[in-house]
Amino acid sequence: MTAIDPTAHLTAEQIEELGRELDAIRDEVIADRGEKDAAYIRKVISAQRKLELVSRGVLLFSIFPPAWLIGTAGLSVAKIMDNMEIGHNILHGQWDWMRDPKIHSTTWEWDHVSPSEQWKHSHNELHHTYTNVIGKDNDLGYGIMRVDEDQRWHPFHLGQPLWNFLNACFFEYGIAAYDLELGKNLHKRRRKNPEFRARAKAVGRKIRKQVLKDYVIHPLLSGPSFLPTLAATFTANLVRNIWTHSVIMCGHFPEGVQVFERRSIKNETRGQWYLRQMMGSANISGSKAMHFMSGNLSHQIEHHLFPDLPSNRYAEVAVKVRALFEKYELEYVTGPLPKQVFSAWHKVFRLSLPNKKPKVKTPAREQELVAA
Amino acid sequence: MVTTPLLPSDYLDLVSPLRAGADLRGRIEAVHPETGDAATIVIRPGRGWRGHTAGQYVRIGVDVDGVRLWRAYSLTSPTDRRDGRVTITVKAIPDGKVSNHLVRKAQPGTLIQLDQATGDFVLPRAKPAKVLYLTAGSGITPVMGMLRDSELDDVVMVHSAPQPHDVIFRSELHDLVAAKKLRLTELHTDTDGMLDIARLAELVPDWAERETWACGPAGLLDAAEAHWTEHGVQERLHTERFRAGIVVTGDGGEVTFSATGKTVEADGATPLLDVGEEAGVLMPSGCRMGICFGCVTPLKAGAVRDLRTGEITEAEPGVLIQTCVSAAAGPCDIER
Repeated sequence: MTAIDPTAHLTAEQIEELGRELDAIRDEVIADRGEKDAAYIRKVISAQRKLELVSRGVLLFSIFPPAWLIGTAGLSVAKIMDNMEIGHNILHGQWDWMRDPKIHSTTWEWDHVSPSEQWKHSHNELHHTYTNVIGKDNDLGYGIMRVDEDQRWHPFHLGQPLWNFLNACFFEYGIAAYDLELGKNLHKRRRKNPEFRARAKAVGRKIRKQVLKDYVIHPLLSGPSFLPTLAATFTANLVRNIWTHSVIMCGHFPEGVQVFERRSIKNETRGQWYLRQMMGSANISGSKAMHFMSGNLSHQIEHHLFPDLPSNRYAEVAVKVRALFEKYELEYVTGPLPKQVFSAWHKVFRLSLPNKKPKVKTPAREQELVAA
Repeated sequence: MVTTPLLPSDYLDLVSPLRAGADLRGRIEAVHPETGDAATIVIRPGRGWRGHTAGQYVRIGVDVDGVRLWRAYSLTSPTDRRDGRVTITVKAIPDGKVSNHLVRKAQPGTLIQLDQATGDFVLPRAKPAKVLYLTAGSGITPVMGMLRDSELDDVVMVHSAPQPHDVIFRSELHDLVAAKKLRLTELHTDTDGMLDIARLAELVPDWAERETWACGPAGLLDAAEAHWTEHGVQERLHTERFRAGIVVTGDGGEVTFSATGKTVEADGATPLLDVGEEAGVLMPSGCRMGICFGCVTPLKAGAVRDLRTGEITEAEPGVLIQTCVSAAAGPCDIER
């Protein structure tokens, strides 16, 4: 939490007006949503499936190094597409309006060890509702890291650069553990809770299926290419994990992003909720390919304002959203991937050490009042 | 296991969506205009198609502006078409999303979703000696399926349409008349007025002796049912109604939670999630602001209004609504 509130210059009416302007942007996209959008997601899904099929096919011959390289690269990209542009966005309900039961938030299952159902609860519901509220949004450091000066320091945090690195490598397992709230639930009493046990079982089943597919069946199908295929799938999962972790870190951790106190969201209005999403998220700038491979989470600010708008619309929405940031004199945190990743990692390192509690400066508005 | 979390069929669908074992689909192969606002759609059904009986209908799922909508249409093709194709004949109704799309925009090559043919508006196995077909407008479609499928010895048809050029299949009907396979009375309601069922005897003196199949607007069918009952021959009348009922939309209404069996009155501003919780129904919930999709629930009947956009959603099979941002727009049934 920065000492100076970057939204202090806005009056309550301005904040509500901002909310109305954002609602208007949303309505415009919804009114225009149609055939082209549906064709887009179908095309992406079909391309992803074809790429995965071909890559797995090539890996059958991964005993030959060029085949290994091509197959591994293809599979990595296919897995990234499945997680980011397809899975994440479908599970947000972005495509529910198509009424296609095969592309629907209630039926989609992704190539990931966390079952969709559990992820939807921890991500869509908790993280997106309580974005960046300390103590409410567990995405802030995933419960294993300290990412803001206002969070209490513990010697455990000294190791957080290492935790963060390991989390990046095995990100999907980290997410599964996180969705289960393992930290909290491993206490003796909670472990026996039948609801927790059922969810843990579901994760176990999903992990078993995923591991069996990636590390047993496909290598076995490859016969003499058993080991290279095993290495290829491991690499593809690693690449996907590190990539998604990096993209996601850029969404809320870079310098300049605000966090909020629990009491600040009491009786929050729609305008204030929008404002919190604006100040609590950060974008990644870059090419169309960059946006696509990040599942358009490079437009994290727009995604947090409108989590249910189809992802292919975020780019056009971003232009209008950015104009609002300027109009209301707010900082639109964005930058190229390396810069944002560095910024987020820098924070992870910096906050692994304790800091003095920042002196709380009197917000500008109150200073004026005092002066008067 | 090889394809988890997907199924092998998800991959096979990419190459062969009409194969045996796939979800039943069809491909539109041609669209032939019939009248100014009606067209016949030629469909190649997938391998799983089990065929139909003349007079039956099929439910099809068509993507209109990206949204999958399901409608039922009578099959108009004979059951033994050599090429295995089936046809439906669709009349564009005012504001009809699917019918207008099919008549005016459908493109050959488009995949559609299919259900198996169904319906008991069919001829009995033992051919009746004398038959009357009483139809109006697009109500002619299931009957055309019958006419094309089975030759009967004594068939009379009374068909109403606003004007001659509105009569679907007109030239084919006249060909049948010329070949003495059909006796036809064509009524043009714009000039002749609506058919007065009490005067049916003037057109078909032996109507009461005929096994009758009637299809058309509700008014015609209601009148026919009353007339046949009045004369004590109701068992000879077979009717087919296209639209079960029209959804009444308004502001608020009676909400039924059908799984729990509770019914409460709701206003047009209270989210259905709150309405259900208030009534003691176990409602799934999440963010309560329309972003997490944790509360989606099937809408079985009626209509709801999106409190954010004002958009109305009407019940259709497979339609789910977000209860936290939807309010009753008339009587509705929520499956909870």
